[in-house]
Amino acid sequence: MVQPETHPLQGILLDEACEFSLRELATACDTSAEILIAMVEEGLLEPRGVDPRRWRFPAEALVRARTALHLQRDLGVNLAGAALAVDLLEEIRRLRRRLQVLQTALEHHVSELKW
Amino acid sequence: MEFKDYYQILGVSRDATQDEIKRAYRKLARRYHPDVSKEQDAETRFKEVNEAYEVLKDPEKRAAYDQLGAQWRAGQEFRPPPDWDAGFEFTGGDFTGADASRFSDFFESLFGRGSPFTHTGTGRRGHRMRMRGEDHHAKILIRLEDAYHGGQRSISLRHPELDQRGAVVYRQRNLNVQIPKGITAGQQIRLAGQGGAGVNGGPNGDLYLEVEFEAHPLFTVDGRDVTLSLPVTPWEAALGARIEVPTLGGPVDLKIPPGSQTDRKLRLRGRGLPGRGRQAAGDQYVVIKIMTPPARSETARSLYQRMARELAWNPRQRLEQYSGAA
Repeated sequence: MVQPETHPLQGILLDEACEFSLRELATACDTSAEILIAMVEEGLLEPRGVDPRRWRFPAEALVRARTALHLQRDLGVNLAGAALAVDLLEEIRRLRRRLQVLQTALEHHVSELKW
Repeated sequence: MEFKDYYQILGVSRDATQDEIKRAYRKLARRYHPDVSKEQDAETRFKEVNEAYEVLKDPEKRAAYDQLGAQWRAGQEFRPPPDWDAGFEFTGGDFTGADASRFSDFFESLFGRGSPFTHTGTGRRGHRMRMRGEDHHAKILIRLEDAYHGGQRSISLRHPELDQRGAVVYRQRNLNVQIPKGITAGQQIRLAGQGGAGVNGGPNGDLYLEVEFEAHPLFTVDGRDVTLSLPVTPWEAALGARIEVPTLGGPVDLKIPPGSQTDRKLRLRGRGLPGRGRQAAGDQYVVIKIMTPPARSETARSLYQRMARELAWNPRQRLEQYSGAA
């Protein structure tokens, strides 16, 4: 068994405060700027700014771009299909989270009624 | 190593047409795609399905695989017979786009490096491509307190790998990770270079950790907002009171307004999970639950009876409006 490292690993939290440039996003997705630009043109990614050299992508762009790349590579869908799937997956995720919150609240409520 | 029944993995018969194989593959690929699937072992299944398709979609590989014979069963101990691929004429690597090292040893022993299947004309034999390692994903459970205070958390991850016999084994890995203060459920932490090892000097992949909270004995969470349900006595609710309530940052005094009823929601602004960047801190909601004292003693019973006589209050007026209309 491997011992835990003594220094804690510092990750990047992918939240609202985190942004990527085009180059950073391409590196993190292991893809090219051209492919990411095509994703912006498809409306799959929405960076801030006009000039691609100054684009700032929100953190969720990383998950969206990576998922779209995987779906295209593995399932043979085109970019428009991948964009649709990514939107739907995000919606499902949001609804599942909502359901989980409501379910937990309900369970709390029910267990209190049994006091 | 174990024999792999590629037909069984794709759920097709040995005489399936190429179209049937493709259809079966497409269906299973959608079902077990790690970005789409909710199944526990999606990643392992997805790899198996891809490996099976890699062989069966290619008429040459399929023919070579078929002549191993139908007597083999999945999981059976397997060694490729010597010169098993002799007598086959191969067109080259057109169909062998996939990297054999990402598949099982069973696949590698038949179709991997050194086999005629990876031969792609002159000059390319023996060429080793630099490749970035795979990205890994894991869900981790942290305590709500970890998200409130931030801090280190040691986590152990199990990563499925194929052993030399082609069976799935789990490799355990312990990591000490910095939990950013104010993280919320569903957010991801990206640890660059902590994913799968690169191939032939390529960079490592990244590790993505998706955070979920352990169930808390007191609080429920929604984004950054925290909810506590607070039991109060009827007199505290009716007359108003100051009550010490727990929050993630420690106890605070809460004023219960007179005339409160069950399910009344009070807000403690900014007492939820801390904000990050432009995001404001969440709030803590306190939901009032009125608990009645048991009427076991004679004194308690007479108090309730006196209330019944003197307060003469009907909490079911709304219900009676309906039954009166019927």
